[in-house]
Amino acid sequence: MSFLELKDVSKSYGTGAAEVQALCAVNLSVAQGSLVAIMGPSGSGKSTLLTIAGSLEEPTTGEVLIDGRALSSMSRNDKARLRRRTVGYVFQDFNLLAGLTAVENVALPLELDGVASRHATRTAGALLADLGLGGRGGHYPDELSGGERQRVAIARAIVGDRSLLLADEPSGALDSLNGEAVMRLILRACRSGVTAVVVTHDAQLASWADRVVFIRDGRIVDQTVPPPTPESLLEDLPARGR
Amino acid sequence: MSVRHALLAFLSEGPKYGLQLRQEFEESTGEVWPLNVGQVYTTLQRLERDGLIESDDGEDETGPQKVFRITEPGRTELDQWLSTPPDMTQPPRDELVIKVLSALRVPGVSVHDIIQVHRRYLVELMQQWTRLKEDEADFDLTFALVGDAEVFRLDSVVRWLDAADSRLKRAALEAPSAKPAPLIRRRLVTRR
Repeated sequence: MSFLELKDVSKSYGTGAAEVQALCAVNLSVAQGSLVAIMGPSGSGKSTLLTIAGSLEEPTTGEVLIDGRALSSMSRNDKARLRRRTVGYVFQDFNLLAGLTAVENVALPLELDGVASRHATRTAGALLADLGLGGRGGHYPDELSGGERQRVAIARAIVGDRSLLLADEPSGALDSLNGEAVMRLILRACRSGVTAVVVTHDAQLASWADRVVFIRDGRIVDQTVPPPTPESLLEDLPARGR
Repeated sequence: MSVRHALLAFLSEGPKYGLQLRQEFEESTGEVWPLNVGQVYTTLQRLERDGLIESDDGEDETGPQKVFRITEPGRTELDQWLSTPPDMTQPPRDELVIKVLSALRVPGVSVHDIIQVHRRYLVELMQQWTRLKEDEADFDLTFALVGDAEVFRLDSVVRWLDAADSRLKRAALEAPSAKPAPLIRRRLVTRR
């Protein structure tokens, strides 16, 4: 069953001669618990696709459905609640609040949603520990490495059982092993039921996805077929001894 | 990779039997490079003939076995090989580059579509390698190094395709009526 669906979504900015078509009749369906990468160059429309999928922007035409509900049928309050409770965002530059510690950053979405501070802090601390950052909760963002900051940002995006994770170039300027750690966390979240869409120009990042969708000039032009399971692949290679 | 030098590297750790060397070779290449017993023994014979290793008759649990050990000239040869960069001055004859260059010449063919076909194929291959890294519990250092090498190699080709795609798009916008440029105007000069 698809958790996120874009139906014939188009988006244009400006009017007349200055009109720019950012997305053109995009159809995309993302199954619950799967990780889909949208791969394309700068200016291909991939970030616009992500902001529309996350209800941060409205499409010019077309429809977005999250968990079967059309965003166009929701009130402003409903959408705000959806953004607080269901959707988590991860950006290239982490967007952590500098004046809050790691654990306070992660607890923030819960507190904004009315969860008592003590409970929110406990939940955030447990999640950070689960992501291998148990000892770093009291540190401020500028006391953390780039890889750690992005892991905190992922924790903030999935805290409180949010079920849709939208990430824009999440490994940004990280080196390849830290980028791998970030994708491993996102994939792990998906294996526990979170649905994730990652937009990137980076094939290494995209290769972590269950499906890679290629976007060019605002249109989806192609996609990969689902990769074989690790077991079927290992049969193709000589058996690995221990 | 040189089987000859890989065997010297294993023998630099201490004397070993032929079968043991074959097993270590396969393990050290993440088992993506199987080697047959015949290849191991032929290479060992040549190394012995060249004075880089020597052998004694020994015995293991399966019966009499030859034990091989590295000689001083063998150590010198191994040290030199490790620190000599492989020859990368000549660009390889890359079939994919030739396909993209050829697509530019074929009427009615969209080079961007051709690029996408190859891009998708390469990303699918990368997905397969990445899948093998997914399970951390199954982590194996040698296998991870070999897998990384493969993913980085495929990634470099995807990057080239992306750059070619953008460069061709930009060129088409800048000079819509210009004739296609001659395919090869310069040649790399080999420094060796």
